[in-house]
Amino acid sequence: MTDWWSELAALIRRELAGYFATPVAYVFLAVFLALAAAMPFYLAGFFEREIADLQPFFGFHPWLYLFLVPAVGMRLWAEEFRSGTVELLLSLPVGGWQLVLGKFLAAWLFLGLALLLTFPIWITVNVLGSPDNGVIVAAYLGSWLMAGGFLAISATLSATTSNQVVAFILAVLVCLLLLLIGLPAVLDPLRGWLGQGVIDGLAQLSFLIRYDAISRGVLELADVAYFVWLMALAMAANYLILMHRVQR
Amino acid sequence: MIEVDNLTRHYGPLRAVDGLDFLVEPGTVLGFLGPNGAGKSTTMKMLTGCLRPDSGRIRIMGHDIVSARRRAQQCVGYLPEGSPLYPEMTVADFLLFIAHMRGLSGERRDQRLRYVVEALSLRGVLAQRMVTLSKGFSRRVGLAQAIVHDPPVLILDEPTDGLDPNQKRQVRQLIRSMASDRIVIISTHVLEEVEAVCNRVLVIDRGRCVLDDTPLGMLARSRYCGAVSLTVDQPERVASALGSLDAVAEVELRSGRLTALPSGRGELLGAVSGLIREHGWPVHQLVLESGRLDEVFAKLTQAGGEAHD
Repeated sequence: MTDWWSELAALIRRELAGYFATPVAYVFLAVFLALAAAMPFYLAGFFEREIADLQPFFGFHPWLYLFLVPAVGMRLWAEEFRSGTVELLLSLPVGGWQLVLGKFLAAWLFLGLALLLTFPIWITVNVLGSPDNGVIVAAYLGSWLMAGGFLAISATLSATTSNQVVAFILAVLVCLLLLLIGLPAVLDPLRGWLGQGVIDGLAQLSFLIRYDAISRGVLELADVAYFVWLMALAMAANYLILMHRVQR
Repeated sequence: MIEVDNLTRHYGPLRAVDGLDFLVEPGTVLGFLGPNGAGKSTTMKMLTGCLRPDSGRIRIMGHDIVSARRRAQQCVGYLPEGSPLYPEMTVADFLLFIAHMRGLSGERRDQRLRYVVEALSLRGVLAQRMVTLSKGFSRRVGLAQAIVHDPPVLILDEPTDGLDPNQKRQVRQLIRSMASDRIVIISTHVLEEVEAVCNRVLVIDRGRCVLDDTPLGMLARSRYCGAVSLTVDQPERVASALGSLDAVAEVELRSGRLTALPSGRGELLGAVSGLIREHGWPVHQLVLESGRLDEVFAKLTQAGGEAHD
């Protein structure tokens, strides 16, 4: 079992080192931080609200993730298949689960780092006022969880193709669907066709509705469980797609 | 020891590998030959545990590749076709990663890493990103990762493809030096490679084994085995005289060069040189042929080849 973890750790280290070996990671971090910082100020009137909290900041995360997380996830498997290195991985005495988990965790840690680097905005609100820091910590955790949901979906779709662009577009589409599915604009036209039970079920899947509470610092077990389950399901699908594709 | 028993693999309706059986003992360098699409790479992927057989069994050093995949894979080093590498990693990081995944640690790991860096002359490129490596170095890094855990079985898919003649010679030397107590299986399109490094040849065609022999045994199947080729001044006249010899089955004349094929009745070289001496023909070149692998290969893999594809 210790071997299992040390192999997983080696896979994660290799992935993470790969991010920082090229300028891609730094470009990503720069874009992420610039957008994460600019959106609340320009689009949500961060100062004009005159409330010392980070809700405008967290409120934009779903939209930020919609494009940036698929950009991180798109290469995870597509690139392995395109370059043929997937065969190298499969010839190593490791399990398919370790490979799926290793890639996911490395990318999730990377997204966590991007999120952590937004700390100046936290400092800013603390300088300007006295926000509820417990709420902010909870919102950070919730945001990271949601990023994990986006990421697991992006990674899984990346395993279906050898083309990163295709992986990116598929991931954005699926994530957009999951974001919007709970909105009345999406659900109302369906009301005539589907029963109330189905409509309610679909609304439960919505990232936006789940995240709305989280961004206000309300970290409920049901919402946490939703994102954890989503990640687990997506990774299981990732594993099955990978095994089907290499037919091992 | 590798035991392959009735191995079969389909891709949709296509039978890529169709009931393959063979045993390989340590000390063997097995050349895996066959036309494109014959099932060479598919078989190699199954031997390395990358691809699951539809039916049949593979045991590597006693471990079943399906039910004991990890243990079997621990015994195998694999160079995939084209030697794929992670472009953004450095050579040193990559070899360290593979060593780790192969379960090496501590002093043993350092010692093995030193060994492969030395054996493949990689010291000068250790800090280099792999995207910047030449083809020759890429292949050497691919070989280094395959042998880092000192496996008893090496499976190399076209190890010299795309290399220049000097690099080919280097890689072949390396393969020979590693072969003594191991099993090495190489697939190749280059027939001369078989003569240069292999002590056993397996030719497969449409997923089936059509020849299992030594390189010499394969050569002996050539109609040119034991043939005499010569360059003379008046080839047409010499050709008709040669054709009347009992030991000659047939005479071929190609771009001024005569080849007398043996009939099996009597000793050909003696008969030909006797005839030359008798007539006093000036001979510029005289060669006793050992056989032609390309001809045997074509004979084995083109029978009914039209039905292929």
